[in-house]
Amino acid sequence: MKRFSWFNATSLTLGFAFLYVPMIILVFYSFNASKLVTVWAGFSTQWYGELFRNEEFLNAAWVTVNVAVMSSTIATALGTMAAYVLVRAGRFSGRTLFSGMIYAPLVMPEVITGLSLLLLFIGIGLDRGVLTIVLAHTTFSMCYVSVVVSSRLVSFDQSLEEAALDLGCSPFEAFRLVTLPIIAPAVISGWLLAFTLSLDDLVIASFTTGPSATTLPIKIFSAVRLGVSPEINALSTIMIAIVTVGVITASLITKQAAVRQARDERMAERPA
Amino acid sequence: MSQTVFSPWEDPNEKPLIQFKNVTKRFGDFIAIDNLTQDIFAKEFFALLGPSGCGKTTMMRMLAGFEAPSQGQIFIAGQDMAKIPPNKRAVNMMFQSYALFPHLSVWDNIAFGLKREGKDKETVAARVEEMLRLTRLSKFAKRKPHQISGGQRQRVALARSLAKAPKLLLLDEPLGALDKKLRQDTQFELMDIQEITGTTFVIVTHDQEEAMTVASRVAVMDEGQIIQVATPAQIYEAPNSVYVADFIGDVNIISGRAKPNGEKVATQWAEGQPDIIGTTATKFDTGQEIHFAIRPEKVAISTDEPQDAANKVRGKVLDIAYLGNISTYHVELPTGHVIKAQTANTRRLSRRQITWEDPVWISWTDTAGVLLER
Amino acid sequence: MRRFILIAVPYLWLVALFLIPFVIVLKISLSDVALARPPYMPQLDFAAGWEGFQSFFAALDFENFWFLTTDDLYWKAYLSSLQISLTSTVMTLLVGYPIAYAMARAAPEWRPTLLMLVILPFWTSFLIRVYAWMGILSNEGLLNQFLLWLGVINEPLTILNTNTAVYIGIVYTYLPFMVLPIYSALERMDDSLLEAAEDLGCSRLSAFWLVTIPLSKNGIIAGCFLVFIPVIGEFVIPSLLGGSGTLMIGKVLWEEFFSNRDWPVASAVAVILLLILVIPIILFQRNEQKQREAEG
Repeated sequence: MKRFSWFNATSLTLGFAFLYVPMIILVFYSFNASKLVTVWAGFSTQWYGELFRNEEFLNAAWVTVNVAVMSSTIATALGTMAAYVLVRAGRFSGRTLFSGMIYAPLVMPEVITGLSLLLLFIGIGLDRGVLTIVLAHTTFSMCYVSVVVSSRLVSFDQSLEEAALDLGCSPFEAFRLVTLPIIAPAVISGWLLAFTLSLDDLVIASFTTGPSATTLPIKIFSAVRLGVSPEINALSTIMIAIVTVGVITASLITKQAAVRQARDERMAERPA
Repeated sequence: MSQTVFSPWEDPNEKPLIQFKNVTKRFGDFIAIDNLTQDIFAKEFFALLGPSGCGKTTMMRMLAGFEAPSQGQIFIAGQDMAKIPPNKRAVNMMFQSYALFPHLSVWDNIAFGLKREGKDKETVAARVEEMLRLTRLSKFAKRKPHQISGGQRQRVALARSLAKAPKLLLLDEPLGALDKKLRQDTQFELMDIQEITGTTFVIVTHDQEEAMTVASRVAVMDEGQIIQVATPAQIYEAPNSVYVADFIGDVNIISGRAKPNGEKVATQWAEGQPDIIGTTATKFDTGQEIHFAIRPEKVAISTDEPQDAANKVRGKVLDIAYLGNISTYHVELPTGHVIKAQTANTRRLSRRQITWEDPVWISWTDTAGVLLER
Repeated sequence: MRRFILIAVPYLWLVALFLIPFVIVLKISLSDVALARPPYMPQLDFAAGWEGFQSFFAALDFENFWFLTTDDLYWKAYLSSLQISLTSTVMTLLVGYPIAYAMARAAPEWRPTLLMLVILPFWTSFLIRVYAWMGILSNEGLLNQFLLWLGVINEPLTILNTNTAVYIGIVYTYLPFMVLPIYSALERMDDSLLEAAEDLGCSRLSAFWLVTIPLSKNGIIAGCFLVFIPVIGEFVIPSLLGGSGTLMIGKVLWEEFFSNRDWPVASAVAVILLLILVIPIILFQRNEQKQREAEG
């Protein structure tokens, strides 16, 4: 029976238009010659030029990428460990507190996380800068990583690890040779998630940074508060382009892997 | 048994409950049902039997109203069903997956259809209780579908579809999800319930044993067409084609050329072998291609040459399958044909007379097999 | 030993950078503001030993919380946060459900693409997505230009810097959080259930109310919490799209901290916000748990 009616087609069209039209407009006006963002005055790439000549933006972008790479890498290591502990380590004292601390940052308002970390850094006299942002970002994104990784670990057949142990692996070797390759896709998507979260974060970075380090979102926020500017449009377009290419590539890779696996399975079923 | 008397399809005055008239159903390029005409009568237990993709499920879904024919008409009780949506049909369906509503209790699942009719509370409750008793589910009324066993779920699905007392109940592979033992018990239960309620049942199945057990008539389908419609006994003993003979039960098929001789027909099937003698009502031309079909249990096997058998051939035992109640011998003939012969193991631990590689005789009477054109 | 390290490293990290900061917030919320660095007192004096502890705890009080109740700015901000959050959750549900429904009903080969299209905005910067609406909603913005051109209005509507803009921003940015759980509930639903409902006498519409809605209930609840909880503490949307009349607690906390430099009051605001969030968070966890059990 056909249940895909005109109603469904309309809600999909309107829904996706709502999601995408604002971004398309943003991209469109980044090529506007006029300084007035809402008046079209012909095609121009001058704002991109100005953006690349703007030292402050370039510095902020450099800081942001550094912070994101460092924090997401540490967060992936810690988050994977935490996921392994949650799923495999069994009972230990303080387990409830541990899982609580994993899940709480996911629902914690950013303003509170930022405020509390700032008060900690001041309390222990740590100079605020790149290091403090990395610590802050690592803390909340490791929780996201551990949720992603543990959902993969839960569906993972434990007898594979037991087989590795049975065949003479030490527990660490079993993890490295068997578990890690199997959960690798989840670990990678955990890293990507942590990276994006760090790249994106305004509130926590604003609380935990000092005068020495300004990230791109902080820079954008202070520029945007004064109103719409074509330079920010150009910057947004670049960021949207990077994400779009990244997500589409990732989905193509996954799709190709699925196709390859399906083909291999078909080949395997054919008599030799 | 009523079954010997119950045969409305032979009575020309009987009005059929369901009529398919030249129905064709296409899905894109695929023809699911190909110009099909068939009558089904009230109180029948009608089985649609065939491999997956033969169109049996499409036929059932057209009766329920989930698919509309591309061409042709379907009548239920004389009414053209073309414009009538599923929720307005006096037809209910028991789904293969059971489709029990997971958020409702057993009681509410059974009451679901009754409540849609706008009946008052007491009537609904009384009917639900009646259905619960009929299907022996009274104890489980308050449970949710995931809290009962597979067999119980099957009975809830049956109770729910019977609750509205439909003229016609459609059953889509109703026992497919049950294990073998439970399936056999449930088959008899289904027959009892059909008899008690007097509802017309149309069942779709790919399990020939199930179709044979429950149905008053079986329709064997292939590629969108009904190949043969007959009682289970007729289907088994007098299949109209190699396809039907092969689909129902086990069969040996020997192909050859016809040589009619009065009521009997000889089949020339191999150089240097005596012709197979069989009887038939159909007329065959000399030299026409013909297929001789015989069931394994009608082939006798012996170590000594049988004296008065109409047909006998020498062979060698290739394989023996011991199934407890019966044994099947695979006998290879000098021509390379392998013929299956079955004997009942009526005596316990009898000394096995025949074993692997033994030279044996197989034989059958001239009425044991059937001769088929196609 | 290895197991100990494995547990200890992430454990200690979270204790040091999540739990302890919290305790500090709680402590400072009970302190008094001071013109010093750091701008609050008392300070814990370890050198004074046990007496230092005693005098430290003696100086803590609930004065800041008392202050929050006397100034109606705060409780108005809490109430208005809750109200904005609730309204926008309902709006997101109304926008999101049809999208999720249509996605689940689309041809299976289209679903991964549609899913990707819903997730894609989530990977793009939140700030940029909010910013995109500033250009659309302003007085000279495209929406006003479009409406003027259509002739629906004669003079520009003031949308930016009002609560309307905040609602639009919230629905826009949180839509994927609503669509995804509802979609996954609907997608898992067996189509034969709808056929069974129709077979038993339901019209399409009543089958939707009696079967589809109850079976997507868990997705709806999850989606609503995923929108409702973070929106209460939202800062970026009210500060970019909202106006001076838009009161949201995240924004108040930010200003209390950065503009007024009143750390004890900011901490007290944070503690109350957390207490408000505890109830929906617990309800959300319970719903998730129930769902897992139903599946298991």
